[in-house]
Amino acid sequence: MTAIPISKISEILTAYEKDILEDWVKEQLSAITLRRDLLSEADLRRESLEFLKLLTQALERGNPQDLATAEWTPVRDFLSALSRSRALQNFSPSETATFIFSLKQPLFTRLNTATGKDANALLAEVWSATTLLDKLGLFTIESFVRSRNEVIKRQQLELLELSTPVVKLWEGILALPLIGTLDSARTQIVMENLLQGIVDTASEIAIIDITGVPAVDTLVAQHLLKTVTAARLMGAQVIISGIRPQIAQTMVHLGVAMGDVVTKASLADALSYAFKLMAITFTRKTT
Amino acid sequence: MNPTRSETFQLQTSDDVIRMRQMVRVWMVEMKFGLVDQTKMVTAASELARNALAYGGGGSVCMEALADDGRRGLRLVFEDQGPGIADLELALTDGYTTGGGLGLGLSGSKRLVNEFAIWSAVGEGTRVTIVRWTI
Ligand SMILES: Nc1ncnc2c1ncn2[C@@H]1O[C@H](COP(=O)(O)OP(=O)(O)O)[C@@H](O)[C@H]1O
Ligand SMILES: [Mg+2]
Repeated sequence: MTAIPISKISEILTAYEKDILEDWVKEQLSAITLRRDLLSEADLRRESLEFLKLLTQALERGNPQDLATAEWTPVRDFLSALSRSRALQNFSPSETATFIFSLKQPLFTRLNTATGKDANALLAEVWSATTLLDKLGLFTIESFVRSRNEVIKRQQLELLELSTPVVKLWEGILALPLIGTLDSARTQIVMENLLQGIVDTASEIAIIDITGVPAVDTLVAQHLLKTVTAARLMGAQVIISGIRPQIAQTMVHLGVAMGDVVTKASLADALSYAFKLMAITFTRKTT
Repeated sequence: MNPTRSETFQLQTSDDVIRMRQMVRVWMVEMKFGLVDQTKMVTAASELARNALAYGGGGSVCMEALADDGRRGLRLVFEDQGPGIADLELALTDGYTTGGGLGLGLSGSKRLVNEFAIWSAVGEGTRVTIVRWTI
C-alpha cells in the first residue's frame, strides 16, 4: 500500500486522549513484560501522557513517513531518554519496546469507532498507524541497544581502571603493574593514572612493570615511551621492569629501542635500583 | 599448499584486533609453537591488523594452518580495500610513518616472520601475507 496521509490519528489522539491513556496504561500494566518492581504506575502514567502529547504535536506538524525530520525531534528525544533509563534499570529490549507496541490496541479501537462502517477507511488508518508505531518501536529498540552498549563500555572502562592500580611502594616510589592485553584505550588510561599518581604523591621514581603483558607491539611501545618522556618532564624517572625474554627478543626484531630508559628484569630488581638512586640503604640487624 | 584448517575474521574495531591476537595465540598453542614463536607472530599480527584498521579503514584476516614435510606453519593473510600504498619500498623503511606511529610495523613484522609478502594497489587496497614455521 502506498503512503496514506494520516488524517485521523492526530484528531483521535486529541479527542480521546483521556480514554486512550487509560486503556494504554491498563494495557501496559497487564503486559506480563512490565517490570512492576522497577516502575510505578504513577511514573508510567506520567510518561505515557507526555508521550501522547508529543506524538500528537508531531503528527500535527510533521510528516509521519519520515521520523528523521525536525518535527519529530521531541518524540525521538523522549524515546531515547526513556530507552536510556530503562537500559540503566536493566529492562530487556522487549520490556522496553512494549511501551510503544501496547499503544496499538487502544489506538486501533478508537480508529475503528471513528471510521464507522467505512472498511476501506479503517484499513487505511490502521495501516498508517501500524507503520508509524512500528517505526517508533524500532527506534526505541535501537536506542535501547545503543544505551546498553554505552553502559557496557562504561563498565569495561571502570574495570580497566580498577585492574590497573598505581601503588605506592615507598615514600617517593610508585609502581604500575600492568596485566593483560594493552589496547590503545587501556594504555592511555593507565598511563594517565600513573602521571596523575606521580603528581599526587610527588614521587621521584615510577616503576612500570610489564611482567603480566603478553605482547608489546609498536603502539604499546610508543605509549610507554611517551609516558617516560612525560614523567621526566614532571621530574620523575621511570624504570621499566619485567620485560620477559620472548618480549625482549621480539622488541629487538621489531626494531623498537627503549632509548636510555632504565630496564630491569624484575620488579624487585627495579625497586632495589630505585633505593640505590635515592640513597636508601638497609642493614641487617645483628644481635 | 592446502591449509589443514582455515578461518576468516573481520577487523573493524580495536576489539577485533585484540580478539584476533587471542585467536592467533590459541592456534599456535594448539599447533605446539614455542613461546618465542607465539610472541613474535602475535606481535607481527597485531601490527598488520592495526594497519588494516588505521590506514585501510578496516579489513579482514584469513588464518590458515599449514603442514609441510613434517613442519607446521601458520599463515595469516591481512586484506583491506583502503587507499593502498603508493611506494612499498618507502613504507617498508624503518621509521617511515604517515600516521604519527613509530614506522616499524611493516618493516618490523617482516623481521618477525619466516615469510613475508605484500601486495598493494593505489585505490584498491593492501594485502600482506605472513607465515611462521615450527622449524
Ligand atoms: N594497510 C595499509 N593501507 C595503507 N597504507 C598503509 C597500510 N599499512 C601501512 N601503510 C602505510 O605505511 C606506513 C608505515 O606503516 P608501519 O610500518 O606499520 O608504521 P606506522 O603504522 O607506525 O605508521 C604507514 O604510516 C602508512 O602510510
Ligand atoms: Mg603500523
